[in-house]
Amino acid sequence: MDRDIELRVDREAHAVRVDTRTTLLDLLRDRLGNMSPKKGCDHGQCGACTVLVDGRRTLSCLLLAAQASDCEVTTAAGLAPGGEPHPVQQAFLDHDGYQCGYCTPGQICSGVGVLDEAARDEPSHVTEDLTARVALDREELKERMSGNLCRCGAHPGIIDALEEAARQ
Amino acid sequence: MTELSQPADRRASIGTAEPRHDGPAKVTGSAPYAFEHPAADPAYGHLVTSAVARGRITALHTDAARALPGVLAVLSHLAAPALADTSDAEFAVLQSDEVAFRGQIVALVVAEDAETAREAARLVGVEYEESTARTVLDPESDALYCPESVNGGHRSDTRDAAVEGLLSAADHLLDATYRTPMQHQAAMEPHTTTALWQENRGHPSLTLYDSTQNPHGVRRTLATVLGLPADAIRCVAHYVGGGFGSKGLPHANVVAAALAARAVPGRTVRLPLTRQQTFTLGGHRTPTVQRVRLGADEGGRIRAISHEAWEHTSRIKEFAEQTAAISRMMYTAEHRTTAHRLLPLDVPVPTWMRAPGEAPGSYALEVAVDELAELVGVDPIELRVRNEPPHDPETGKPWSSRRLVDCLREGAEWFGWDPHHAPRLRREGRWRVGHGVAAATYPGLYIPGTKAEIERLGDGRYAVRTGAVDLGTGAWTVLAQIAADALDCPLDRIALELGDTRLPRASVAGGSTGTACWGSAIVGAARAFRAEHGSDPRTGARTLAGPEEHPEREQYAIHSFGAHFVEVRIDADTGEVRVPRMRSVFSAGRIINPVTARSQFVGAMIMGVSAALHEENAVGHGGALATHDLAGYHVASHADVGDLRARWLEETDPAYTPIGARGIGEIGIVGAAAAVANATYDATGLRIRQLPLTPDHFLP
Ligand code: FES
Ligand code: FES
Repeated sequence: MDRDIELRVDREAHAVRVDTRTTLLDLLRDRLGNMSPKKGCDHGQCGACTVLVDGRRTLSCLLLAAQASDCEVTTAAGLAPGGEPHPVQQAFLDHDGYQCGYCTPGQICSGVGVLDEAARDEPSHVTEDLTARVALDREELKERMSGNLCRCGAHPGIIDALEEAARQ
Repeated sequence: MTELSQPADRRASIGTAEPRHDGPAKVTGSAPYAFEHPAADPAYGHLVTSAVARGRITALHTDAARALPGVLAVLSHLAAPALADTSDAEFAVLQSDEVAFRGQIVALVVAEDAETAREAARLVGVEYEESTARTVLDPESDALYCPESVNGGHRSDTRDAAVEGLLSAADHLLDATYRTPMQHQAAMEPHTTTALWQENRGHPSLTLYDSTQNPHGVRRTLATVLGLPADAIRCVAHYVGGGFGSKGLPHANVVAAALAARAVPGRTVRLPLTRQQTFTLGGHRTPTVQRVRLGADEGGRIRAISHEAWEHTSRIKEFAEQTAAISRMMYTAEHRTTAHRLLPLDVPVPTWMRAPGEAPGSYALEVAVDELAELVGVDPIELRVRNEPPHDPETGKPWSSRRLVDCLREGAEWFGWDPHHAPRLRREGRWRVGHGVAAATYPGLYIPGTKAEIERLGDGRYAVRTGAVDLGTGAWTVLAQIAADALDCPLDRIALELGDTRLPRASVAGGSTGTACWGSAIVGAARAFRAEHGSDPRTGARTLAGPEEHPEREQYAIHSFGAHFVEVRIDADTGEVRVPRMRSVFSAGRIINPVTARSQFVGAMIMGVSAALHEENAVGHGGALATHDLAGYHVASHADVGDLRARWLEETDPAYTPIGARGIGEIGIVGAAAAVANATYDATGLRIRQLPLTPDHFLP
C-alpha cells in the first residue's frame, strides 16, 4: 500500500509516494539518497539512524515514513549548511569524538537533541534535583547518550565534545 | 636502512596531533560506506537463512516470492550458478542442499526495493530433514583434535617433557581453569556489499563496494570462487564502519552479493546483512576453556608454565585461535608447554576478533599470575618483575625492546597503586571497591607484499596511492603524515588515495600491521621516487615500489607491551560491577599521531572492559544463538564507560620498520579483562574464573 506524503529534509521540501512499510530511515537513504543517517540495526537498538524530527531526536528506523508526513527532518548533513560545521560537529572534530564514523551522524543528532532537552529542563534518570535547572555534567551526558552505541570506543571523545558544546 | 629522520629546519608531520583528515566527511555523514556508493536505480538483496543447525533441505517453495511484484530473482541451490571453486565451504553459497549451521544462507532474493526483497524472503518456504547437531564446546569430547597450526602460522603445541615434573615439585603451584564465552565483533556497520555485474562481449566483470578490511583479499578470494581473472574484479572500500577482525577475511555474504549481481547484470545490487545476520555470517570469537598451571619457586620465579586451550570451530571450516600462544613469550620459565584442542561443531564459522589469541589468552594468563602472586605472597607487579625474560623464551632472540616493567611502574604511579598480595575487601558506602593490574602484549607482525605509488600532480602535490583501508584507525591521516615526511614536504602536499583494488596492492588492515606495512611501502616508494625523479620532479613523474629490505626485523623478537590498572566498584546489594577508573601505559614504538593513537588505545580498552563485564553469547542445542542483536548482546554504552585513560612511553623501534612504530590497534584489549577480574577479587575475595563478570557472581 502506498501513501503520498510531504516532508522537509534538511530544509528541502519533498513530495513522495511511499510504501507504508517504508521507514523514515529507508526513505531517506534508499529513496532520497540522503545517506547521512546510518543503519546499524534497523531495530531501535543502536542509535546510528538518529535524526531530528521537528527538532526532537528520533530513531528513524522506528518511525514509518508515512508518520513523518508534514515533518521537518534534520540529518547531520543538514546541521552543516554550506559545509560550515555545527558547533557540536566542530566539537567532535576537536575532540576526536569518532573513529570509523559510522555511529557519528547519529551521535551528533542525538547530542544536538540532548542540548535542547537540557535547555528545556527535561530531567533524565540520573538527574538528582528535579526542581533545579538541568546542568549537563558528564553523568547526565552519558546517561542521555546511552542509546547511541559506538563500537569503536569513542565514548570519552564524544562526551568531551558534548561537554564543550554544552558550555558554549 | 636508517631510521626515517627529518632535517632539523622543518617540522616533521610524524608525531604531530593532526586531526583526522576524514573528519568533516564523517561528522556530516557524507563519507560513503559500502551501502552508500551512488548508483542509478539500484536493486536490493535479502538473504534467507537456515532455521536448523544441521540437515538437508528437502523442499524449497519460491513461487509466492517470485509472484510478488517487484521481485527480480530468487536464487537457491536449485537455481544458482555453479561456483568455480567450492573447496572453502564458507564460500560455497547456494551450492548444495546441506545445512551446516543455523543461519547459513539457503536462498537469496533480489527485488526492486528493500521492502519487497524482505517480504519475498519471508515468503520463501524451506523444508528440512534435520539431523542431530552438536553445538556445545565440551572439553572432554572424543571429537577434539589438534590442529596442524593455529592462527598466525604458530605451532599448535609446544611440548617440554620436564614441565610435569617441575610443576609437581614446585614450591607454589597455581592450577586453575578459566572460561571465556563466544563473543562478537559487532562493528556498527553491518557487513554490506554493493555489487555490479557487467558482461562485455562475453567477458564478465564485477565491481564490489564492500565493507572490508582487505579489498585485495576480497578480490583474490572472489576471483577463485567465481573463476574470474583477478583483474575482472574491482573492490572498493573507502570508508568502513569498523571491522575488529570480522571484515578481515571475506565471508559468505560477499559471494551472495556477487551471485545476486550476476542474476541482474548491469544493475547495481545492494546487499546489507541485517544486524541479526551479522551475528551468524559476520563471524565470532570462539568460546574458550583454558587450564593454566604455573609452578614457581619460593621467591616466585616461574620454573614451568603449562597453558592448554579448548576451543570450537565450525564443522565446515577450521579457524584455530592461538589462545595459548601468549604464554610462549610473556614470562620467563625454563620449561613450558602450550596446547590447543579444537572441537568441530555445527556452528557458524569463527574468525578473527580484535587480538585473536592474545585477548582470551591474556585473560587466563594474567588472572593466573595474579593468583600466583597471592600464593607467593608478593605484590603482582613485583611478581611480574621477577619473571621478566631477558630474551624471547621461545625463540631465544633478543627483544627489540621490552619495557613491560617501565609500563608497570609508570602505570602504578599514575594510578596510585598500593602494593598488596591479598584481597583487601574494601567498602565505601554501598560499593565494594577493588584495584587490579594486568599486563598486555601484542606481537609486531609484518605482512609483506604492499606496494605504493607516488605521482607528482600538476598542482604541485603528490598523489600517494595504495590499496589500504581505514576502518576508523586513522590511516587516512597517519599514512599522509608518513608520506609527507618520507617525501620531505608539507602535509598539505599529500593527496592520499586508499581503499581500491585499482590502487597498488596492500595487505589486510589487521594484526595491528597497517601503519608498519603500508607505511613502509610508502617510505620505500618515496625514496625510490626521489632517487628516480629528484627533489623537483616534473608533473606526471611517478614511481611504484614496495618497502626496502629490512633484515634487522628477523634478528629480534618484536612485541609491544602495556600495563592496565583498574578500579572496580561493585554494588554490594545488586552485584553490578562498574569500572569508574582505568589507567593504561603502553610501549608501542613510535606514535605517529597522538590523537588517533589515543583513540585506538582507549577504544580497545573500552572493548576489553566491555568483554569483562557484558559480552557473552552461546549456541543453543538447536543451533540458535542465545542472542543475535544489540539489545541482547550488550556492548559498552556511554553510561558504562568510566574515566579511562591511556599513555605511552616515548620511544621508537627501528628494528621493526624504518618508521619505528609498532601497531596499536589491538594491544589495548589484551589484558584489560584480566585487570578488571583481578580488581573484582581485591574487592570481594571471590575469584571468578569466567567472563563476563555479571552481577550474579557477586550477589551477597
Ligand atoms: S538503525 Fe535505528 S537504532 Fe539502530
Ligand atoms: S566511531 Fe565507529 S562506531 Fe562509533
